[in-house]
Amino acid sequence: MGEGRMLKRIKNPVSRRRIQNFIGNRRAYISLYVFLTLFIIGLLAELVANDKPILVSFQGKLHFPVFKAYLETDFGGDFEIETEYHDPYIRGLIEENGWMLWPVIRFRYDTIDYELDVPAPAPPSRTHLLGTDDGGHDVAALILYGFRVSVLFGIVLTIFSTIIGVTAGAVQGYFGGLLDLIFQRFIEMWSSLPALYLIIIITSIIQPTFGLLLVVLLLFRWLSLVGVVRAEFLRVRNFEFVKAARALGVSNRTIIFRHILPNAMVSTFTFLPFILNGSIIALTSLDFLGLGLPPGSPSLGRLLAQGKANLQAPWLGITSFVVISVMLSLLVFIGEGIRDAFDPRRQLG
Amino acid sequence: MNLLRVRGLEVSFRMGEGEVPAVRGISFDIEKGEAFALVGESGAGKSVTALSVMSLLPPKKAIGPSGSILFRGKELVGAPEEEIRKIRGEGIGMIFQEPMTSLNPLHTVEKQISESLLLYAEHSRDEARAQTIELLKIVRLPDAEQRLSSYPHQLSGGQRQRVMIAMALANEPELLIADEPTTALDVTIQAEILELLKDLQQRFDMSLFLITHDLNIVRRMADRVGVMRNGEIVETGDVERIFSDPGHEYTRYLLESEPKGTPGFETGERNIVVRSENLKVYFPVYRGILRRVKGYVKAVDGITVEVKEGRTVGLVGESGSGKTTFGLALLRLVSSSGSILYEGRELQGLKSRRVRPLRREMQVVFQDPYESLNPRLTVGQIVDEGLRAHRIGRTSDERLRLIEEVLDEVGLKPSYIHRYPHEFSGGERQRISIARALVLRPRFLVLDEPTSALDRSIQTQIIDLLLQLQKRHNLAYLFISHDLRVVRALSHEIVVIREGVVVEQGETREIFKNPKHSYTKTLIKAAFELESGEKKSDYY
Repeated sequence: MGEGRMLKRIKNPVSRRRIQNFIGNRRAYISLYVFLTLFIIGLLAELVANDKPILVSFQGKLHFPVFKAYLETDFGGDFEIETEYHDPYIRGLIEENGWMLWPVIRFRYDTIDYELDVPAPAPPSRTHLLGTDDGGHDVAALILYGFRVSVLFGIVLTIFSTIIGVTAGAVQGYFGGLLDLIFQRFIEMWSSLPALYLIIIITSIIQPTFGLLLVVLLLFRWLSLVGVVRAEFLRVRNFEFVKAARALGVSNRTIIFRHILPNAMVSTFTFLPFILNGSIIALTSLDFLGLGLPPGSPSLGRLLAQGKANLQAPWLGITSFVVISVMLSLLVFIGEGIRDAFDPRRQLG
Repeated sequence: MNLLRVRGLEVSFRMGEGEVPAVRGISFDIEKGEAFALVGESGAGKSVTALSVMSLLPPKKAIGPSGSILFRGKELVGAPEEEIRKIRGEGIGMIFQEPMTSLNPLHTVEKQISESLLLYAEHSRDEARAQTIELLKIVRLPDAEQRLSSYPHQLSGGQRQRVMIAMALANEPELLIADEPTTALDVTIQAEILELLKDLQQRFDMSLFLITHDLNIVRRMADRVGVMRNGEIVETGDVERIFSDPGHEYTRYLLESEPKGTPGFETGERNIVVRSENLKVYFPVYRGILRRVKGYVKAVDGITVEVKEGRTVGLVGESGSGKTTFGLALLRLVSSSGSILYEGRELQGLKSRRVRPLRREMQVVFQDPYESLNPRLTVGQIVDEGLRAHRIGRTSDERLRLIEEVLDEVGLKPSYIHRYPHEFSGGERQRISIARALVLRPRFLVLDEPTSALDRSIQTQIIDLLLQLQKRHNLAYLFISHDLRVVRALSHEIVVIREGVVVEQGETREIFKNPKHSYTKTLIKAAFELESGEKKSDYY
C-alpha cells in the first residue's frame, strides 16, 4: 500500500509515530478512506449527477455539455436556447445522429422531473433510486450536492475559526498578564451573546448566502479553540527549550512559531474533526429551521425538514438521516483516531 | 534458609513489534536481617528487578517475569494474585523513589497508612489510629498526632518519604524494598532518611533490598552488593570486598567515575565578566478578593557575586534555595532588582531589544536534557537557532561549518546533524545543549545543574568536557548545583545560599577546609560523610 515508503520519508520522529498510530487504528484509517472517497465523489458531483450528458457525439463531432452550454440549434433544434437534453424531441435528434453518455444520475439537485407518473414526492423507482422530494427533485442528486456543500462549508468555517482561535489563544497565552485578563473578559461577554437569536435576526433582515452564513457563524465559532490554545501556550512557554531559546536571543515571533505553536497544535489537531462536525451540524440545523441557505440550494438540513413535513414519504427522512449520521460518525471516528495518535502515552500495538 | 532467593530472573518489554530484554537471567539471595544493594546506572534493570519481586510489572507491556523468585521458600512467579497480594501486604514492603507521586494527594496521612492496617491486620479503627501514630513516631515524623490529618502537599519531600516508610512498615514486613529512596531528596535530608532506614532495619531485624545508583549509599547502607549492568549482575560480594578489591572491570569503572579532583588553584588578576550586586527577585503573593499584593516570596534576596574570566563560581544550595532563579535573573530571563554588570555595563533597565545582542555572549545550559531540546527539531536545527537569531554566518554553508565544528568540539559526530534528540542518550543530549550554547562563542555560561540528571560516569565526562572548554575559550562559568562533589570538581569559588540569602562565600579550598557557617558544615558533612573511605581532612 506504500504506507511503509511514505513513512520512511517522514523523518520527524514525533510525526512518524503519530502517523503509525493512526494507521494502526483500523477504524479511523478506514473511515478516513471512506470519507475522502465520498468527498471526492462529492467534489465531482457535476459528473455524477447532472441533467446534461457528459459527452455527446453529434454528427461525428464530440460535445461536452457539462462544461459548455450548447444551443438547441446546434443539434438541429428550433430554438436558440440552451439545450434541454431531457426533452424527448432533442433526445431523438441527437440519438439519430450519434450518441449521448449520461452521468449515473440524470438529474441535478435543481432539475425538476416533469415526467413523474405519481405526484411528488415520488417513491424510489428505476429513474429515481432514492425517490424525489416534494418539488420533484431527485433525492440522490440532492444528497450528493448537499453533502458537498455541507462539507465544504464545514471545512471553510473550520479553517477560519481555527486561524482566528489559534491566533487569539496564542497571543493571550504567550504574553499573558493584563492583555490576557482583558481578552478573557471580552471572550466571556462575547460567548454569552445568544448566537441563535442573532442569526435569526440577521437572516431575517438580509437574504442569507453561503458567505453571509459563514461570517455569522464564524463570529461565534472561533471561541471554541481559544481556551485550549491559550492553556497549551501557558504550559509550553515554561518548557526549558523555550527558556533556552529566549536565552539564545531568539525573537518572540520565532519562539511562537517554531517552538510553541507546533507543540500547541497537538491539542488543536485533536479538536479539528470535532469542530468540523460542529460546523456541519450548525449549517444543517439552520437549514432545517429554514434560516440557512436560500431556497433552491441543495442542503441536507432542508431535506431533513422536508422529511418532517412529508411523513407519508419516509424515504426523504430516512435518506437524509442516514447520510447525516454516516457523515458525522465517519468524522467522529477520524477524530478519535487523530486524538489517540497524538496521545503521547499511547504506544503502538 | 534465605528469605528471598531469586534464580534466573528474566523480564522483557514489548516495544512496538519487538521485545527489549530488561533483566537477563539474574540470581541473588537475601538473608534474613541482611541489607543487600543492587547498584548500577540507569537502564541497568534494577527497578524492574524490584518490581518483579513485588509482581508489580505493567502486565500489558512486560513479558515475564520468568525464572524463580522464592520468598520464605514460596514461589512467587506465577503464583495466584490472591497469594501475592497477601505477601505484598504482610511480607514485603516497598518504598518508591518519588515521594511527590507515590502518595495519593487526596488522602490524609492517616488514611494512607491505616489503609493497609485495616485491610490486612483486621484492626479496629481506634487501634489502627493508635498504631498509625506509633508508626509515625518510629519514622520520626515531628508532631505525629497533628500530622494525621495532613495531606501530602502539606508535607516536605523528606516528610513524605517518612510517611512512605511508615506505610511500608505498617504490617511489619520481613523484607523492605527501597527503590532509590533518597534520590529525589536534598543531601541533608538524604542523610537523615538513610540513617532512619538503617536504624529501622536493625531494630526490626528486617532484610533490606536497596536499589540505588549511588555507590556511597551502598557503602553506607549495605552488607552485600550486586553490581548490575544491562540486565545482568556482573559481580556480587561483600561491600567491603567490592570496594577494596573490585573483581569486574565494570565495578572498577563505576568506582573510578566518582567526580574527583579540583580545577586547580591559581592567583593572578583576571577580568570580571559578570557581577551582580545585591540582586533580588521577589515574587508577589496576592491575597483577598481584590488580589492585592500582600507580601513577597523572596526567592533571591540580595546576592552579590563576581564571575571572572576562565573561572567558575559554584552556586550551592538545596532545592528551593533560589539558585536557579538567581541564574536566570543574571541572564535577565527573570525580572529582578539590584544591579547586573556585564563587563562593567549595567543590564538592568536595558530594553530587551538592547539585551538581545548580549545574549550571544551570555548563555545557559539547563538541567534536564530531555526537556531542554525541542523534540521536533534536528540537532542541526537546534544548534543553528542561535546562529540565525544573531545573524552569524552569512550563508547556510558557513553556518553548517560552524555547527559541525562545535559538534566536534563537544565530542559529537558532525554526522549527527540530521538526527533528532530522541535518538540520543542523556549525556549526548547534554552535549547538544552545550553545543547550542557554545556555537555563539559566549564568554559567560550559566550551568544550571547540567549533570544532575546523568549517571555518575557520564557526569564525569561532562565535567571533563566543561573544564576543557573553559580552558580553551577562557569561559566564565556560574555552576549551579546541589551536589557538592561535582561543585568541588569544577569550581574555583563557592557561594552557598539558603532561602535566597548567601550563607557563605569564598575560595573552594578555603570553604571545604574550613567551613564557617553551620549550614555549610551540615552540607559538607551530609555529602562526604557517606564516603567512609575519606577522612574529614581529605574533603578538598
